[in-house]
This record gives sequence, structure tokens and C-alpha cells, in this order.
Amino acid sequence: MDKLWLIIQREYLTRVKKKSFILITLLSPILFVALFTIPVLVTIFSGKEKKSLLVSDDSGIFVPPTDASANVSFALAKEELPVLKRNYKTMGYDGVLHIPAVQGKTGKLQLSYFSEKQLSLSVVSYIERQVAEQVEAKKIKDAGYSEEVMESFKTDIGIEQEELAFNEKGELVETGKKSSAELATAIGFFAGFIIYIVLIFYGAMIMRSVMEEKTSRIVEVIISSVKPFQLMMGKIIGVSAVGITQMLIWMVMTFALTQVATAFLGADAMTMQSNMPMQQPTPEMASQAGVVFEAITNQNWAYILPLFLFFFIGGYFIYASLFAAVGASMGDDMGESQSLSLVAMAPIILSVILISPVVENPNSSLARWMSIFPLSSPVLMPARLAFEPPLWEVLLSMVVLAGSSVFFVWLSGRIYRVGVLLYGKKATLKEMVKWTFSKE
Amino acid sequence: MQGVVKTYGSFTAVDHVSFDIPKGVVFGMLGPNGAGKTSLIRIITNITKADAGQIWLDGEPLNSRHPEQIGYMPEERGLYKKMKVGEQLTYLARLKGLTAAQARQELGFWFKRFDIGTWWDKKVDELSKGMQQKVQFIATVLHKPKLLILDEPFSGLDPINANLIEAEIRELAQQGTSIIFSTHRMEQVEEMCDHIVLINKGKNVLEGRVAEVKQRFKENLFRIEYGNAQAFDLDATNPIFNIKKNEGQALTVQLAEGAATNDVLGYLINNGVEVRSFNELLPSINDIFIRRVGETIS
Repeated sequence: MDKLWLIIQREYLTRVKKKSFILITLLSPILFVALFTIPVLVTIFSGKEKKSLLVSDDSGIFVPPTDASANVSFALAKEELPVLKRNYKTMGYDGVLHIPAVQGKTGKLQLSYFSEKQLSLSVVSYIERQVAEQVEAKKIKDAGYSEEVMESFKTDIGIEQEELAFNEKGELVETGKKSSAELATAIGFFAGFIIYIVLIFYGAMIMRSVMEEKTSRIVEVIISSVKPFQLMMGKIIGVSAVGITQMLIWMVMTFALTQVATAFLGADAMTMQSNMPMQQPTPEMASQAGVVFEAITNQNWAYILPLFLFFFIGGYFIYASLFAAVGASMGDDMGESQSLSLVAMAPIILSVILISPVVENPNSSLARWMSIFPLSSPVLMPARLAFEPPLWEVLLSMVVLAGSSVFFVWLSGRIYRVGVLLYGKKATLKEMVKWTFSKE
Repeated sequence: MQGVVKTYGSFTAVDHVSFDIPKGVVFGMLGPNGAGKTSLIRIITNITKADAGQIWLDGEPLNSRHPEQIGYMPEERGLYKKMKVGEQLTYLARLKGLTAAQARQELGFWFKRFDIGTWWDKKVDELSKGMQQKVQFIATVLHKPKLLILDEPFSGLDPINANLIEAEIRELAQQGTSIIFSTHRMEQVEEMCDHIVLINKGKNVLEGRVAEVKQRFKENLFRIEYGNAQAFDLDATNPIFNIKKNEGQALTVQLAEGAATNDVLGYLINNGVEVRSFNELLPSINDIFIRRVGETIS
């Protein structure tokens, strides 16, 4: 036990003290925050350019809006279109907008814009909205309806899902629990991907480290002092501690940085967003946000989070030990050994491909069995959890996963023990199977 | 070590090998490539287990506590390249059961002895190959093992460092450490070893004290240097010896069955040969090695 502890310590400390670890750990949250703030900054600083347009209005409807904060200003012109097209620059404008006459009840109105320079997408949609609003208002008025009547026609549809349950007698029990398919899907994707990324990243870290020990031959010195299994477990546990450290730092830093970022940019970002016509919150969006928020608070986090952690740890042990066994079976030539790492990679990649169909159809038999199969359950069961799969499936999956992680750690230990002492060529799968059953 | 057997599948790597390693002795383990030396070493170091047979260390059957009393320097040297020398040696020593304080104390001793105090904070890959060898040697002996296993300890060392390590090995043997010395370099065996065992195809084909083994394999060859032999007919046959080689001023002769060295001298003196020196030619370990391995092959 003492020696296992020593190995864990070394595996942990050498990694945590590495410059690359410190850099990645410190820079990632900064990059992450930058990823969100830079677009905001870009729009703040580049959105200032204003367009002023001459409007040649054949419909006679258009009234230039008097919104001073908008990036586009309009001026009605009385001259003929060909004259405007020739002279707009000398008149001091960026281009000419032509609104044709509105013909009866037509649903389509084709505007034309003439200029040397193209309009940006946001300006185009701003103009379209402005004109559409005014044309619609005119049509409503012409049809003889008041605006109040029109407003009363508007209908906002949303589906609120409420869970029902039945007691032993088969009587209906109202749970009052509201759920949202969108949110469950988001949680499913997020959970599945997080586990996938961590398994691949730290699995590869373990594999590299085993290969390094093998190619540098230090492994022979170490296992003349400790059992190969202790070395492998020490590595797996040590690297998991590195992962936990990294995530904790990330969580704290991301939280702190978002606080700082919103404090600095918050005000600006708010005003900027209200300037963007497309992102103006509509009542419809507000009510949707309310539903999502209610669903978030309604999620059974006390159920999901511990289970997520369980599948996370189980998956980690399975894949970390598999990667260790693969690393131990590799030859001195790292390049030709790549194919062997597919043994451990393939099931994870398959699982991540299955996230989408599983989340879309969380109760299909594919979803059920793949979230019980131990090589895919660490990714797919957490992806399903927000859809509240039947309890027996979750329990069965947990039992299978727990049993399999013990099995895979044992199996990998067997392969590792033989593999690290054999130099030269990479092993074949057949040899790895043979090692499993070979004696000490 | 008694009747040790190790098989890998249908291949028998170690086939009923038995030998004793006396305390405080440099024990040469010889054998061609693939003879089973590494398999034997791995059994002794508890890396693998023997299929049959018994091994005792200091009167006790080999068990899982013994690795702490064994120091093993594999032929393929290995250290963590990115780890600092001091940290690394402390770690390796602690894996052998030393406390951190003990490890520091022992390291202080060795760093002073090898005059490498400035290396503590250097990473291993900043050191030259010879320097790394020194570090590796320290790692092997730091925990004062009772049994030291050195696989080709001088490979890659320059003559100065080789002498340094050789002196350390001798000193450790004098202090009572038993040393298994595995090598192909026969001149080193003659220089260093008191005992040898020769392994071929997994079998112990020869074992004993170096001097005794040489006696056993001697061919009664003598080298005679002489000043003047005008009166002596070199081509004449005699019942006492055969002339194997004549280099002019020196003869290599083989004694005939039943003849004694004094008979040779008497014969030569009587024939008016002025003998300047008379030496027995003992076979080198190299000759014995080649002969024995050749015999076991045929």
C-alpha cells in the first residue's frame, strides 16, 4: 500500500509540476472566456459604421424610422431612380433603396438596393423588418382592422410536458413535474461529450506514459521493486487525481473569469444586444426561457449528478486500464503502434457517434442496450439520464459497469504485466489474449 | 538455487538450474544470447515466478519482501528522463523501502563519493550517457542490498568511469554483498569474478571458482622461452611432450600422459637448451566458454 501511494504521488506530482500542465490549465479557461467575449468585443467595436441610404419609394408607404441608435438611416428622395443611381454619392449617401408600389394583396415585395458596396446581412434584415412592418401595418389598416384586433390574433404555441405516475393500484398520481425535451437533449449531449473527452484525453495520457516507461526501460527497475499491477494502478489513480485537479482549477477559474468579464463587458454587451434587432427579446422567447428555467430547476439533479459521477468513474477505470494495456503492448516504434490504440479508441468513438440517436430516441432498444453494454454505457447512460430511463435499466447498467471495470482492470493488469517486459515489436491481439492467461 | 525451471509456452527458458552464490563474492553469470540469463535474473528479482524449483536468499525461501534486499541494474538502462536526479533517486530508494530521510542520507553519501553534488536538480536527459550510468548505479546500490545483480555494468562506460564502478563493486563485495555479474565480456570476468556459472540453452553447463574451473579445463600446455637451442632438434619426437607451436625463442608444448613438469625441464636441460622461462598455459575463460558452448551445441 505504501508503495502504491508512492507511485500515485509521483505520477501526480510529475504531471502537475510540468510547465505544459500549468500552461494548459491556466490558459484554457482564458481561451474559453475569450471565445465568448471576443465576438462581443468585435461587434461592439466594428458595429459603429453607419449606413445612410436614399429611399426611392414608389409605394408611398415608407416613413423613415427615427431610431437614432440604429446603424442605418433613411432619407426619402423625390428624384427618379436613374437620377438617384447616378448621383447618390455626390449627394452624400451610401446607396439607393428602391421600394416598388404594393400591388393589391400580394405577399411578396421585392426591394432593390443599388450601391458600389454590398450591404451586410444584419443591415439587410434590419431594412426588411422595417419595410415589412410598415407595409403590414398599411395592409391591416386598408382591410379595415384596428391594430388591437390584429394583436389579439397572435398566438404563441408551446408544449409543456408534465410527468404522470401511477401507484401500485394503478391510480393516477399527479407529480406536477414539468420537463423539457430540449433541456434533456442538451444535458444528454453535454454529459456524453464531457465523459468522452475526458476518457480520450486522460486515457491517451496513461497510454503515452506507459509507453515511455517501457521504451526508456525504467519499468524493469520499477517492477523489480513493486508488482506491475501496483505500478499500473498507481498510474491510473495518479492521473485521475491530475484530472480532478485540472477540472477543479478550471471550474474556479471559469467562474472567476466570467464574473470579471461580465463586470467589464456586461454593460456594453447589454446595450449592444438591444441594438441588434434580431436579438430583441420577444415575449415568446421570454416565456420559453421561463419554461426552460423551470425545467432546469425541476431536473432531478440529486439523482443525475451522483449517477453521472458513477458512470464517469466506472468508465475511467475501464478505459484507463485498457489504454494502459495497449501502451504496454506497443513496440519501440510508436508510429506503427498507432493501430493498436484503436482497440481502446474504437468503442469510445462508437459511443460518441451513438449519442445523437440515443438522445433523439432515449427509449429505443438501441439506447437501452448500448447504455447497458459496459464499453458504451459510461458515455450513453449519462446521455440518457435526463430522460429518466426505467430504474431497472439504470441499476443493471451500474452493476454491469462496476463488474466490468473490475474485470477490465484485471484483464489489463494481466496484459500489462507481460507486455511491459517484452521489447521490440508491438503485440498482436492474439498475443495479448495469450498473455492474459499466461502464468506469472 | 535448486532445480529452477521456467517455461514460456513450449519453450524452456530455464531448465533445472542449480547453483550457490557464496556471500561477498562476485559471481559471474555467463552465457550466449538467449541462454536464459535474463529469465533467471527476472526470477531472482521476483519479477516473474519459477515454475518449479526453490530459491533461497540468506537461508530464507525467496518471498515478496526480498526485492527490498536486492539491487538490480538491467542491461537496458532506464531512468525517467524528465525527472530530476535527486527526486528520481529518492523515489527509487523509497520504492525499495527506505524512508525519505534515509534516502536523503544515503544519497548524500553517494553524491559526495562520486563528486556529483551539482547534479541533484538536473534532469536525467541533461546528463551524458556515462553520467546517467553513474546515476543508475547509485539507484541500484542505494538501499544497501544483500544481493546485487548487474547486467553488463560496464557497457557504455569510459575507462575512467568503468574503473570507478569496478572499485565500487569490489568494495561492496568486500563488505559482504553478493554480486551477480552478467556479461559477455570475458576479460571482465577474469578480472572481476571469483565464481562463475555458465548457462547455455537454459541449462547450467559449468560452475565453480574461476581458478578451479581453469584447472579443470587445462590441457597441460606450457610455454617455454629459451635463449639458445642449437644443440636441440625441434623436430625430434620424445615421450615427454609434443611441441604445439614454435615461435623461435619460444615453444608451446603439451605434456604427454603421465609426464610431470620436471621431466620436461630435465629433458630440455639435458639437451642443452637454455631455459629462460617456463609457464603453465591455463585456458582463458573465453576459451572455456567457447569450448563448453560448442560442446553443448553438438
